Amino acid sequence: MNKFETELKIGNFVTSECSHCNRIVWPPSDYCDNCFKAVNWRKVSQIGTIIELSKKENDVFCITEFEDKIRVMGKLDAEIHMAKPGQTVRLSKCLLNNKNSFFFSLEEIKEILEK
Amino acid sequence: MKKVAVVGYGNTKFTKDELPIESLLLESTKQVFDTTKNLSQDLIDGVIVSTNDNSKYLGAILSELSGIKPKISHTVEHLCSSGANAAISGFSYIASGLVDTVLVTGADKIGNPGQILEWDKSRGEFDHPIYWASMFTKAHKRQFSTTEEELAIVSAKNHKQAMDNPNAYSHKPYTISEIMNSKNVTDDLRILDCSYSCSGSSSILLTSEETAKKFTDEPIWISGIGQKTNSASFMKNELTTSSSSVISANDAYKMAKITSQKIDIAEIHDAFSVCELMAVEDLSLTEKNTSASYVRNLFNTEDRKINPRGGLIGAGHPLGATGISQIVEITQQLQNKAKKRQISNAKKGLVHNMSAAATSSTVLILES
Repeated sequence: MNKFETELKIGNFVTSECSHCNRIVWPPSDYCDNCFKAVNWRKVSQIGTIIELSKKENDVFCITEFEDKIRVMGKLDAEIHMAKPGQTVRLSKCLLNNKNSFFFSLEEIKEILEK
Repeated sequence: MKKVAVVGYGNTKFTKDELPIESLLLESTKQVFDTTKNLSQDLIDGVIVSTNDNSKYLGAILSELSGIKPKISHTVEHLCSSGANAAISGFSYIASGLVDTVLVTGADKIGNPGQILEWDKSRGEFDHPIYWASMFTKAHKRQFSTTEEELAIVSAKNHKQAMDNPNAYSHKPYTISEIMNSKNVTDDLRILDCSYSCSGSSSILLTSEETAKKFTDEPIWISGIGQKTNSASFMKNELTTSSSSVISANDAYKMAKITSQKIDIAEIHDAFSVCELMAVEDLSLTEKNTSASYVRNLFNTEDRKINPRGGLIGAGHPLGATGISQIVEITQQLQNKAKKRQISNAKKGLVHNMSAAATSSTVLILES
């Protein structure tokens, strides 16, 4: 199990990053895919953008992009008609059981509810 | 570099049957021996197996079961495009002069493990191909106003064309309406817009120009090859175009010294309906933003130029065999031996085989 998976198992979404090249290394890897130096690991921003979405039965699923590079697919806690590409979402939960799981919520909705 | 020709082939029927991978491999290989003149085991000095099966040492096993003792034998795995890439390996060994004649045999079983790339953690729990296909489809609808009907036409056309392919998994025609009303896999994908993983095997025999006439009076030349791997993980993809297909096609056209306008017939990787709409544009077979009307016209005029054997949707998708089966179809078309599927006066054909949400693509140009 690599660092990405051990962190995901305790609920942290982390990425590898190369301090030498000053760039995110994604998908997660132990070495930079540009210079092959060992990477650092850090938490990914909780705020992302929907790239595309669809729905299977009751689950809305989407590709969300974080920090202009990191894309993952996960479940969106919203009605399909409330969401569209370009909308801001928050990573609400991530975990690793047999598979990775990512959960997102619409950030705008949360802001409205908080107001 | 030596010229390389397809001089023999074999195909099993694509089915739901759970057959041993070794039996599948042997079945299409036997057909090569049954149908290729002057062929004997001692004339084959390369055996390459294409599969996603977990069984090991299949190149050696197929060689032993076939009585061949090749100089070079191994397995190629590249998910859904394993077949076309195994053919490239065979081509390269012959073109370099390392060997003279290569048997390339692909097979997979229904339920093979090549459908899911476990390494790709970015897919999360949505690791089945239906999820990336839903993303492609939704994005295509959004960008090009593609309708459910336009998607269904791809499937209707390919199911109809598969009716004349005796080896196809499906021999049932579907109306556009039946496809549009078939079970929702997701909000953006109907069950009849999907290809099916199934069991099957296909073989080709490749050889050098010097030897080709020994085996056939109608060698079909592999004149162009392009392969592009952009990534393994899905998430770097654009969603409405496959740049790996664009690049591999351009490389193949360049090597063959032709343009896309010269292609008379093409086997395209329609893993899902949207893939065919994307591919006909990415391979420059039609202008950008015209794919739906292009495919509709093929369907309305019963023009079999694209996916004459029924594509993956109609013929089925035994992953390791698919690319080789596509090569067999184009070979038969260029030899004027495709029977009911035959289009008239085909001189140049194209094979497009891709993997893992178009993260890599392979294109071959064949000529009579």
